[in-house]
Amino acid sequence: MVLRFLRGFGRFWYDFVIGDDPKIAVAVATVLALGAVLVAAGVTGSGVVLLVAALLLAGFTTAMVVDVTRSHR
Amino acid sequence: MSSAEWALALTVFVAAIVELVEALTIVLAIGMTRGWRATLAGTGSALVALAVFTAVAGYSLTGWLPEAGLQLLVGSLMLVFGLQWLRKAILRSSGLKALHDEDEEFRATTAAAREAGTDTRLGLDWFAFVVSFKGVFLEGVEIVFIVITFGLSADNVPVAVASAVVATLVVLAAGAAIHRPLTKVPENTLKYVVGLLLATFGTYWSVEGLGIVRDGQEPLEWPGEDLAILVLLATWWLLSRVLVQRFRRFSTEPAPAAAAATGTTEV
Repeated sequence: MVLRFLRGFGRFWYDFVIGDDPKIAVAVATVLALGAVLVAAGVTGSGVVLLVAALLLAGFTTAMVVDVTRSHR
Repeated sequence: MSSAEWALALTVFVAAIVELVEALTIVLAIGMTRGWRATLAGTGSALVALAVFTAVAGYSLTGWLPEAGLQLLVGSLMLVFGLQWLRKAILRSSGLKALHDEDEEFRATTAAAREAGTDTRLGLDWFAFVVSFKGVFLEGVEIVFIVITFGLSADNVPVAVASAVVATLVVLAAGAAIHRPLTKVPENTLKYVVGLLLATFGTYWSVEGLGIVRDGQEPLEWPGEDLAILVLLATWWLLSRVLVQRFRRFSTEPAPAAAAATGTTEV
């Protein structure tokens, strides 16, 4: 009973936040992790801010293009 | 109010309207076919559960995390959540996904409510109670999520809560007046706008929040500070329009005329 509740609860939050395309969440997490590594290494100027933003846009674009071209090949 | 507070209020208001219209459709469909007593009991129980959920989540987030950590956590969640909305909006706009149709939703829920058997528990029609509870709670969680993430990141929870309350009153008043699903609300366009705003603010706050890993844990600074939000919004919008144009060739549906002309079509 508890296990079923936990599984349902986890499933709900997965669907809620991650949604239909986990590639987007993976792309966001990867880019932010890379940004965190750079900031921790002492790179904290405008350059890293713009780089991370550009990579987030690129990650979303890649996830969408892969998704659409795969499903309509 | 400052421009940032207006942006916060507008985003939460629009997002809440979209979700509330969907919840209202479910409640009306169930109430009109199964009766109002259990439907309203389910709706009321969901609202209580949402209030508890909001208090616990809000308290936990503000109590445990420093400013940059909070921005990184809620900004990342908002970004991932917003990009899901934007993804659906792009697919709908390019004809690769069906538009959300409130009339169709109402018909389907009404038909399911008529066909469902009778099961009485605690003196209530259990089907009506459960369906209205789930409908209101699930749509409500999305509103609560947006209220908490926007409110905490912008450091103005009262404005976020007030916007959601005003949206609730507007939708309730409209629903009570016409007793039909609010099909005139341009729901798909609003979802597109909310997706863009969530992606914009999610990007802004999550990148700022990366400052949690540097000495002093101070948030990073965007060049141009708050003006960067407008640049981000324009960039996400432009990217979405490029993707819509590119993906339209995969669609068998004719291109929506308004989309081609203005980029503000139903999505």
